[in-house]
Amino acid sequence: MIKVSFFAALREQLNCSELNLDIALPLTVAQVKAALISQQPQWAGSFNNVLLLSAVNHQMVDDKYNVNDGDQVAFFPPVTGG
Amino acid sequence: MNDVSISIQEHDFNFADELEKLEQDNQQDGAVVSFLGRVRNKNLGQQVTALFLEHYPQMTEKSLQQIVQRAQQRWQLGRICIIHRVGLLAVGEKIVMVAVTSQHRSDAFEATQFIMDFLKVEAPFWKKEVCEEGEKWLSPNQTDVDKAAQW
Repeated sequence: MIKVSFFAALREQLNCSELNLDIALPLTVAQVKAALISQQPQWAGSFNNVLLLSAVNHQMVDDKYNVNDGDQVAFFPPVTGG
Repeated sequence: MNDVSISIQEHDFNFADELEKLEQDNQQDGAVVSFLGRVRNKNLGQQVTALFLEHYPQMTEKSLQQIVQRAQQRWQLGRICIIHRVGLLAVGEKIVMVAVTSQHRSDAFEATQFIMDFLKVEAPFWKKEVCEEGEKWLSPNQTDVDKAAQW
C-alpha cells in the first residue's frame, strides 16, 4: 500500500488530493502512473504530461525510481513559487 | 539565534525585524544581502488582483533545507533566513524573503541569488493567479529554469 498525493493544477484536474493505492510493490514511478491510469482511464491525459514532477518520501525522483511499500508518493506540475 | 531559519507561513512578516535578527549579536559578518518578492499588479499583460499560493507541507521545508545546505557548501555563510508565505495574497503583499549574512559581500550576494534561483525551480510551491477574468495556475518560466541551470 502506498499513499499518493496530488497538488495544484493536477489536483484540480483529477478532482482528488490523495488516495491509497493497494498494489504489488516495488514498482517504478512510471509503473505507479500506469497503475493509476488503469484504475482511472480518464486520468491518462494528465499523467502523460511530460512536465509532470514526481516525489517519493518528499524527495524529487524520476520515472525509473523504485517505489516500495509504505512510501509516500506525490505528483505535481512544475513548481512556480518565489 | 540559529544560523538557519526557514519558515513557511500564512501570516505577514516584518522585513526590518527579520534583518535585525540576522545582525543581532553577529559581529563577524560584514555583509547582509536580502531579497524580497511581492505580488505585482500585472503579469503577462493581465491585471492581477491576488495570488493563491499552494505548497506541499511535508516536502517544502526539506527542499529549502537542501538548497541551503548546498549554498553553505559553496560559500562561507553566516546566518540565513528564508520566509515563504502561502495562502491568498493580495497585490503588494510580501511573498518571499531570502537573506544571507557573510563576512564579505560576494559570498552573500551569490548565495542569496543561488537560494532564490533554486527555490524557484525545486521548492514545491504553486501560484494561482486571480484576475477579473478568473483564476489560472501559472506555468513555469523558462528563464527561471535557465538561471538555476547556470550554477
